[in-house]
Amino acid sequence: MSALTRKAWRDLWHLRGQALAIALVIAGGVATLVMSQSTYESLTATREQFYRQAALADLWAPLVRAPDTLLARLAALPGVQTVQARLLALGTLGVPGFDEPVRAEVVSLPLEGGQPLLNQVQLRSGRLPDAELDNEVVVGEAFAAAHALRVGDSLRMTLRGRQRWLRVVGVGTSPEYVYQSPPGTVFPDFKRYAVLWMNRHAMERALDMDGAFNNVVLRLLPAARPAAVIAGLDGALARYGGVGAYGRHEQTSARYLEEEMRQLRTMARLFPAIFLGVAAFLLHVVLMRLIGTQREQIGVLKAFGYSHRALAGHYLGMAAAIALLGALLGIALGAGLGRWLAHVYQDIYRFPFLAWRLSPWAIATGTAVSLAAAAAGALMALRAAASLPPAEAMRAPAPPRFGPTLIERLGLQRWLSQPARMVLRDLERRPGRAAFTVLGLALACAVIMVGRFQDDAVGYMVDTQLSLAQHHDLAVNFIEPAPRRVLFELAALPGVREAEPIRTAPVRLVHGLRSYRTVIEGLPPAARLRRPLDVRLGVVTPPADGVLLTDYLQRMLALEPGDTIEVQALQGHRHVRDVRVAGFVRETIGAQGYMDLDALNRLLGDGDVVSGVLLGVLPGAEADVYARLDRRPWVAGISSRLASVRSFYATMGESLLVFTWVAALLGGVINFGLVYNAARISLSERGRELASLRVLGMTEGEVSALLLGQLGLLVAISLPFGFAAGWGLCWVMVQGFQSELFRIPIRLTTATYAFAGLMVLGASVVSALLVHRRIARLDLIAVLKTRE
Amino acid sequence: MAVTTPLPAAEAVFRARGLTKTYRMGEVEVHALRGVDLDLFRGEFVVLLGPSGSGKSTLLNILGGLDAPSAGEVWYEGHHLTGASERELTLFRREHVGFVFQFYNLIPSLTARENVAIVTEIAEQPMTPEEALARVDLADRMDHFPAQLSGGQQQRVAIARAIAKRPAVLLCDEPTGALDSATGVRVLEALERVNAELGTTTVVITHNADIARMAHRVLYLGDGRIVREERPARRTPAKELRW
Repeated sequence: MSALTRKAWRDLWHLRGQALAIALVIAGGVATLVMSQSTYESLTATREQFYRQAALADLWAPLVRAPDTLLARLAALPGVQTVQARLLALGTLGVPGFDEPVRAEVVSLPLEGGQPLLNQVQLRSGRLPDAELDNEVVVGEAFAAAHALRVGDSLRMTLRGRQRWLRVVGVGTSPEYVYQSPPGTVFPDFKRYAVLWMNRHAMERALDMDGAFNNVVLRLLPAARPAAVIAGLDGALARYGGVGAYGRHEQTSARYLEEEMRQLRTMARLFPAIFLGVAAFLLHVVLMRLIGTQREQIGVLKAFGYSHRALAGHYLGMAAAIALLGALLGIALGAGLGRWLAHVYQDIYRFPFLAWRLSPWAIATGTAVSLAAAAAGALMALRAAASLPPAEAMRAPAPPRFGPTLIERLGLQRWLSQPARMVLRDLERRPGRAAFTVLGLALACAVIMVGRFQDDAVGYMVDTQLSLAQHHDLAVNFIEPAPRRVLFELAALPGVREAEPIRTAPVRLVHGLRSYRTVIEGLPPAARLRRPLDVRLGVVTPPADGVLLTDYLQRMLALEPGDTIEVQALQGHRHVRDVRVAGFVRETIGAQGYMDLDALNRLLGDGDVVSGVLLGVLPGAEADVYARLDRRPWVAGISSRLASVRSFYATMGESLLVFTWVAALLGGVINFGLVYNAARISLSERGRELASLRVLGMTEGEVSALLLGQLGLLVAISLPFGFAAGWGLCWVMVQGFQSELFRIPIRLTTATYAFAGLMVLGASVVSALLVHRRIARLDLIAVLKTRE
Repeated sequence: MAVTTPLPAAEAVFRARGLTKTYRMGEVEVHALRGVDLDLFRGEFVVLLGPSGSGKSTLLNILGGLDAPSAGEVWYEGHHLTGASERELTLFRREHVGFVFQFYNLIPSLTARENVAIVTEIAEQPMTPEEALARVDLADRMDHFPAQLSGGQQQRVAIARAIAKRPAVLLCDEPTGALDSATGVRVLEALERVNAELGTTTVVITHNADIARMAHRVLYLGDGRIVREERPARRTPAKELRW
C-alpha cells in the first residue's frame, strides 16, 4: 500500500463521524430511489404477470338480458378470440357478527363447472364451488380477510329480495377485481363490499335468467382493432339492453390500478430526484470544505513532488469511498424498504404473488449520481487548493478579511454582543456557504412536509367531499330505475328522518373528438343530502336545464361554460342528446356530471323515475332501517356514509402513512447530516479561535453558543424557505397526481408546518449536541503554540 | 530609564510545591516537570528561560489552570488550584489570568476594540476596551480588523485583551516568537508598561536570553526542573533590548 493510500484510509478513519454522516445522506437519497423504483417496477411486473396468468379480458360488455345462443354470433365478430358469457348481480350480504350493510357483486362461474375462460379466479385457499351444488361460493380475499372468513363459514345473501345461506368453499382473487370499490364510489371498502363467485346455475335461478346472460367478456386477437370490435359488439347487443362495451382503460379495477401505478411512478421519480439532488449537493459542499481544511497537507505533498494528478486521485478516492459506502448502505436500505413497501401494496391489492425485482437501473443511477457528486465536490475543492504554489499552500491562509455587516452599517451595532457580531460577520463574509446550508436545510424541511401533506390532503378531501357535499346517512340503490313514488315508501319507514331521490345514469360524454364514460347524477331542486360544491365550497344547484360538470372533466374534454356537449345515455332508450354545459363544480373525488332530476329524466325519456334514494336517519336507527330495506327485492345495495368515510381513511391511510413515515425519516437523516457536517467543519475551521476563547475564560457553553448559534440562525432562516419549498413541492406532486380518480387539493395544516419545523429542529439539536461534546474536548494547550 | 531591581512587594500570588507532570506521547512517557517549587510575587516581572522541552510551557499551563499536575500542589492567593473542577478553572481564568499567545489568536471577525470587548463583557471589573488599547498605544487602530493590522499590532491587541480584565497575572508564551526584533521590542514595551503601571504579575516564556535582561527575576528551566534563578542587578528597559 502506498503511503498516500495509507493516508487516505487513515484520514477517512479520522473523519469517520463526518464521513458517516455524509454517507447517511447519500444513503437516504439512494435508498429512496431504489425503494421507489423497485416498488414501482415490482408492482407493474406483478400486475402484468397476474393479468396474463389469470387471463384478464380485453373487453367488457354489460347488457340486460341475452340468450346464450347469441354467443356464437359474438364469437364470430372479426377480431374476437375468446368469449365468456356470465351473470353479474348486486346483492347484499349478512355477515354474522357485523350489522352494517355489506354490498356484494356476484359473478357467475361456468355452468359446466371449473374456471371461466377469462378473468379466472385465483384461489388462495379452498376450491371452486361444486357444479352440482347451488349454495357454495368463493369469496374475494380482501373481504374474507376483513371479516376473518374461512372456508367452511356461512354467509346470508339477499339477491332480489330473496335470502339464502351460502357456504364459503374458497377464498380467491381475480384480475378483474384487483381494485375493489363499490359501484358509485372511488375508494375500496373491504369490510362493506364483497365480490363473490358462484355457480351460474344458482344465479340463473336467483335472477330468473335461465339460459341467458347479462354480461360478456372478450379476449381479442392481437391484431384486432378494439374500437371496431366494440362497435360490432354494441350493435349486436343493442336490442338486448347493452349499455356499451368498454376496454381495460375503462374497466374500473384496471383503470384505477393504472392510475395508482401512475401515481406511484410520479412518486418514484419525484422523491428520489429531490432526495438524491439534496444528497449530491450536500456531498459536494461538504467535501469542498473538508478538503479545504487539508490545504496545508496539500502544500506539503506538492512540495515533496506529488503531481496534481496524484493528489486528485488521492482525494477523489476518499470522496468515492464515502460515496460508495453511502450508495451501498442506500441500496441495502432501499432494497429492504422497497421489498417491505411492495408487500404493503401487495396486501392492499391482494396480488396472489409478488414479482419482486430490485431495479438495476435505480442501483446504477443512484451509485453514479453519488459518485459524480463526490467527484465534482472533490475536484472543485482541489482546484482551489492545488492552484496555489506549495509554499503558499503551506502557509496558513491570511487572516480572513472581515468588515462591518449590513446591520452595523445601518447603525444597529449597539444591540449586538461581540459573539452576535462574530456570527453575523461570518455569515455575511461567506454568503454563498450560508445560502447553501440554508438551501439544504430548506429542502430537508420540504421533503418532510411532502410526506405529511398527503395526510392533510386526504383529510381535506374527506371534509369537503364526504362532510360538506354529502349529508345522507344511507344511500339505497335500486336494481333498476323505479317510479318516484318509492321515495314516499322509504320516507315512511320508522327511523327515517328525511329522504331525497337521486338518479344515477351511466353516460358517455362527447365533446369533439374527446369522450369520457361516467355518470350523471340527477338531483331534486334544493337538495339537502347531496350537494355539488363550487370552487369556494359554496353549494351549487343544478339549473333547470343544462349539466354541471366536475372541473376535471372541463380540462379533459376541453370545455368552456356555455359549450354544448353530446350526452349518450348508456341505459334505457339510449338517447343521444346535446346538452348545454351550465357550469363546473370543484370536486376532489371522481369525475361526473350533475343535472336537475326532472331534466335528466326528460333526457333519458323513461318517465319520472329514480335509481336510488338518499336517507337521513334518526340517531341509532341506522341498523334498523337497514334491516327493513334489506328485505325489499328491488333494493340492489345499501351503503352507509359514515362507513365510507371510515373506509376511506383506512385504505388511504395505509399506503400514505407508510410513505409519510419513510419520507420524514429520510428528511430527518438529510437534515442531521447537513447540520452535523456544517457544525463539524466550522469546528475544525474555527477550532483555534474557539479554543483561544476557552483559554481566555469563556465557558464551554459560551463557546458552543458561538458555533451553534450560527447554525441555529441558519436553521431559523431556513424554516420559512423550507415551508415555501415544501408548498412548492406539494404543488408539483399535486400536478403529478391529477387523475379522474381524485385530485389532491393543496391544503397544508398548521400541524404539518409544525411537524416539519420540529423535525428540522430536532435533527439539528441532536447534531448540535454531538458537536457540543467535541467542543468540550477542544485541546486548549495546543492553541497556545500551534499556528493553524 | 533604569528600573530598580528589588521586588515591588513580597506577597506571593502563586505558590507551587513539588509540581511534577508526566504524560504519555504514544508509547513514550514524558516527564515534563520533575518537582518544581515556585513562588510568584505580586507585581513581579518573571522571565522563564529554557530550551525546547524544558517544561516551560507545561509550567505556564498549570499556573494558568489549563493543565493539572500529576503530583504537587498549586495555590493562587490561598485558593487551591490542584483539584479544582473544570468549571472553577474556567472561572479562575476568566477573572484572574490574562493570556498572551505566540500567534496572537485574535478573532478575525472582530475589530481590535471588539476583540478586547469579548473579554471585558464577561469580566467582573474590567477597564474599557478603549483604555486597554490606549495602554498598548493602539488608540488609533481600534476599529481595524486583524487582517488590517501588522503582526506587532495584533500582538498588542492581544495584550490589551489580556490586561483589560485587570488580571492578577499575565501569562505570555513566547509573545515575541513570531515577530521581528523591532516589533518584538514594542510588544515588550507594552508588557513592561502594564507591569509597571498596573502592577500585574507578568510571566514571560521565551528562549530568547536577551529578554531576560528586562526581568525582575529569571528562572532557568532544564529537564523539568528549575536549574537556576537570577535577579539581574539592573533591569534593562525593553526599548534598549536588541537581538
